[in-house]
Amino acid sequence: MKDIFNKYEKKDENILGLLEDIQTEFNYLSEENIRKVAEAFGVPLSRIFGISTFYKSFSLTPKGKHIIWVCSGTACHVRGAPKISDRLTQLLGIEPGGTTPDNQFTLETVNCLGACALGPLVVIDGKYHGKMSVDKIEKLLQDYK
Amino acid sequence: MNNTKKLASISEFENLANRCISAKSKDIAVISVCCGTGCTASGALDVLARLREEIEKRKLDTTTDTLFTGCHGFCERGPLVVIRNLKGNKNIFYQQVKPEDVAEIISETVLTGKIIGRLLYIDPTTKNKIISEEELPFYKNQKRLLFGSNGKIDPTSIEYYIAIGGYSALGKVLTSMTPQRVIEEIKKSGLRGRGGAGFPTGRKWESCRKAVGDSPNSGTLHTTGYVICNADEGDPGAFMDRSLLEGNPHSVLEGMIIGAYTIGVKLGYIYVRNEYPLAVKHFSIALQQAREHGLLGENILGTDLSFDIKINRGAGAFVCGESSALRASIEGRVGEPSVKYIHATEKGLYNMPTVLNNVKTWASVPLIINNGADWFSSIGTEKSKGTMIFSLVGKINNTGLVEVPMGITLREMIYNIGGGIPGGKKFKAVQTGGPSGGCIPEKLLDLPVDYEALTQAGSMMGSGGMIVMDEDTCMVEVARYFLAFTQDESCGKCTPCREGTKHMLKILTNITKGKGREGDIELLEEIGNMVKDTALCALGNSAPNPALTTIKYFRDEYESHINQKKCPAKVCKSLIKYSVITDKCNGCHLCFVKCPEKAITGTAKKPHIIIREKCVKCGICFDVCKQDAIKIE
Repeated sequence: MKDIFNKYEKKDENILGLLEDIQTEFNYLSEENIRKVAEAFGVPLSRIFGISTFYKSFSLTPKGKHIIWVCSGTACHVRGAPKISDRLTQLLGIEPGGTTPDNQFTLETVNCLGACALGPLVVIDGKYHGKMSVDKIEKLLQDYK
Repeated sequence: MNNTKKLASISEFENLANRCISAKSKDIAVISVCCGTGCTASGALDVLARLREEIEKRKLDTTTDTLFTGCHGFCERGPLVVIRNLKGNKNIFYQQVKPEDVAEIISETVLTGKIIGRLLYIDPTTKNKIISEEELPFYKNQKRLLFGSNGKIDPTSIEYYIAIGGYSALGKVLTSMTPQRVIEEIKKSGLRGRGGAGFPTGRKWESCRKAVGDSPNSGTLHTTGYVICNADEGDPGAFMDRSLLEGNPHSVLEGMIIGAYTIGVKLGYIYVRNEYPLAVKHFSIALQQAREHGLLGENILGTDLSFDIKINRGAGAFVCGESSALRASIEGRVGEPSVKYIHATEKGLYNMPTVLNNVKTWASVPLIINNGADWFSSIGTEKSKGTMIFSLVGKINNTGLVEVPMGITLREMIYNIGGGIPGGKKFKAVQTGGPSGGCIPEKLLDLPVDYEALTQAGSMMGSGGMIVMDEDTCMVEVARYFLAFTQDESCGKCTPCREGTKHMLKILTNITKGKGREGDIELLEEIGNMVKDTALCALGNSAPNPALTTIKYFRDEYESHINQKKCPAKVCKSLIKYSVITDKCNGCHLCFVKCPEKAITGTAKKPHIIIREKCVKCGICFDVCKQDAIKIE
């Protein structure tokens, strides 16, 4: 945490970058860390909280061990992405945005990952799985369980 | 070549350029591997690693080189490998290359000059195998000014960029052009903002230059003004800005330095989506190299010009692509747009004069300086000059990035370059301009692609997303999809956008669920036009476009959803039913095994039945059936 803090000069334009690094490192923004950022930059806590809830990259609760992104960009959408996310909801018992009670999986839909030739696209822990189908997704999920 | 001595004058730069050119024009074969996001996702890095191993193993490093490059554009066929400068051949284009193919590429093609037939692209109409990149229909019909170098340079090495004439435009500007002269040249070229709005770039620069005043380039970093590169490419289905930053970051950087010289500012920002880690990485490397070479920082190339650039990463808010929201975000605030009584060129970032341009706009600048305004304005239509990069995606055979002269028709793009619709399906619509754009029907396919023509059709140029839809796409559902997107991304500051999009989405969702009522279409139009006229920023002003254009061109689809409770494209779950065609079903039992809900019964070799009460309409049976015995009605 100290290293991340020291990376940035304490100027307002660095708040976002710092929060992004915290999010990447800890998988979420804890109340403690949000307080620390507000204190370090000398800005009201409400402002950091506002930023943390406005931008989609930030999460106030811990995410699961495996993060599943279903690309919901237009190209993937017309190629059947909604069917894939419906199937994942069914298999995992969580809606997009949710985390399984055992903290194994977080399911998210993302706007576009820019690999439209591979659509419908599912990314698990940063690994791209292209040309996905409702049938293939179940097998794929087994590899991560 | 690892000379990182700071260049203290233009002549030192010219010497370096000559050394780079001769170093890169050695007479050896170069195997370039596309390592853009699409190809990387299909295994390009493994292919590159195997190539390097094989070359080392066979001790071919004096005659053969490998090249890590950015996106070549033809994502559909990735991983792409292009072999250039091989004796006796122009270049050889291999597609869908796997690591297993590498040994053969070296032993057959590189060592004996034989071409491997199975790795070539086959023209779907003529069935001919095509050897060189230039002859592919996909590339042949393009005009790749901004994008053409991507396949030929290593984006992480400044020498490659300098070897293809990079930074010579900056040299020209610093030695022989006054800022006023640069502004005249850009104005004359007719370059317009490539972020979508199409504002004339030269005029924007001119008014900012005036606001900066008589003492440009004086004082400290924060006392003159700013240039910003908008790389917050948020439109779903659009990835050309990213590919340019990943594949040729120095071209964007050079454009920004020329901009800083012309406008007279000392600091620039680039605002990049956080979802684009490779673009951030390559641009950071480019900045570092430019600083080491004296092309960025104090006294650039020994002149009075001082300029530097900071990278700010976005955090997943679509509205931050809007200029005033983007500025708020750089300033470390919530990314809400503000009212523009005063132009940003006068009071923008931190209330200082600011020029904000899109990635493609900046990258066009060095081209115009090097080749002249007349050359640039000879390409395109009367009011839209130069080329535009589109990402051609969706239900199209050749998914990828295409760069075309302005004024080309949609039909040429979709059929000649894109190769038409897969699976013999019928074209229905093309959506341009992302969530802010509209859907253009078949009868308007001969429309020329320029700012005015697209706006007139109810859509817009946008930043260049082009999503093709076929007969299996439900236009009401597409409108619902886009409204769900804009509603979710609406920042909530102004009422028309916050409330209007919410109600439009509610009505559209009801229609797709079979709960549409008479009068819904008119209500959508009324709310849509109201939001268009009264919302605070461009996000809200354009959010109703997908709904309004689909009503305009596909009203019959809305009517059959509302009146007959039928979805003509058979997409909307609540309005369709799956059933077995008894005559076709051979009782293979596959659907029975695969159905997650156990909603299919039947004994082997006898026609099966779907139990409607149990069916959740997931579509697995339809996908797995080899007899086409499942129908949707």
